[in-house]
Amino acid sequence: MLPTPDTSHVPYNRVYEPAEDSFLLLDTLSSPSETAFLSSLGPGSGVVIAFLTAHASTIFGTPHVLTTAIDVSPFACAATDLTVRKAITENTSTSGHWTSPIQGDLVTPLRGGSVDVLVFNPPYVPTPELPSPPAAPLQELREKTTFEEDSHLLELTYAGGKDGMETTDRLIEALPRVLSARGVAYILLCAQNKPEEVKGRIRAMGAGTSAGEGEGMGEGEGWKAETVGTSGKQAGWEKLQIVRVWR
Amino acid sequence: MKVMTLNFLTCAVKNCKSSNDSFPLHPKEAELAKDDIEINPQLLINVLPRIDWAALRTTSTELGFPTLPEQPPSPEDLQSDEALLKELHELLMETQMMEGKLVCGHCGHEYAVKNGVANFLLPSHLV
Ligand SMILES: [Zn+2]
Repeated sequence: MLPTPDTSHVPYNRVYEPAEDSFLLLDTLSSPSETAFLSSLGPGSGVVIAFLTAHASTIFGTPHVLTTAIDVSPFACAATDLTVRKAITENTSTSGHWTSPIQGDLVTPLRGGSVDVLVFNPPYVPTPELPSPPAAPLQELREKTTFEEDSHLLELTYAGGKDGMETTDRLIEALPRVLSARGVAYILLCAQNKPEEVKGRIRAMGAGTSAGEGEGMGEGEGWKAETVGTSGKQAGWEKLQIVRVWR
Repeated sequence: MKVMTLNFLTCAVKNCKSSNDSFPLHPKEAELAKDDIEINPQLLINVLPRIDWAALRTTSTELGFPTLPEQPPSPEDLQSDEALLKELHELLMETQMMEGKLVCGHCGHEYAVKNGVANFLLPSHLV
């Protein structure tokens, strides 16, 4: 077992605390062999991307892995940056290369065809509606936040709208543009997301759905989606699984 | 934000994705900082295929660094070119943009960089 990164500095009143879902992503990712540009979406505390960066040699077979993380919350960006840096200092012999956190909405800031490994722990809890994105005052890092602001930031980390899929569906739509030809996405789903239907939708995307930007889509092949990890049948109401998506 | 990161960033506006002018983003009023990092030639050689060279040349010039060769070096050439290795190491790995703006050449939108983090969240009328 590789050690889990230290997240003792993370302000959990406004940043998502690593829970079973984060650790399931860690377990599943300890096996693949892809390398290069790796991006974590909605990293929260940064525990997953810190683990992947710090143990790059062990996980990917090479330390030549560049990592980044994208989150709407400035607090999550700052927490992630520190979690990753700490983890690297404690694992210098196996670490990959951390670039910088980016504040943004899913993969919208990334150029086409750039991502080789994408990891997404989405807001997956079904809710009547999606919380609004953080307005300008909440986009800036600062010492004091109100209880309402903290609640808003936390809500953004779990509230997924209809079927808990509104945000994840937007990410899936963006995959053809942003994944490299060998790119793979790992997406965490809960039972309420109707994973079998989600995988069906991904497989139905087919070759024709690429926006055609950058190195984007290869010739003629469709999309694949398989469950590669589950939290087991005994898990609570969330019943988590990780779906691997590639072309 | 490392200059390396900048090579992977484009304008977040949907309509800009298909325009060549939206990449690379142009630094404006950039305040740079330099980290002291040990040079890792193998990393630079390995990262070369992932770098958009033309964009990096533009960025290098705009940030006031020496002009890079027009064509990217082959892995063999880079291996034996100590000066270029050092230049790339300084630019990609050591240089951080701490403050300033990143400007899209297509729509003109300016993304703020504060404390080394670029903010790509768009105002609602641009989403
Ligand atoms: Zn633009």
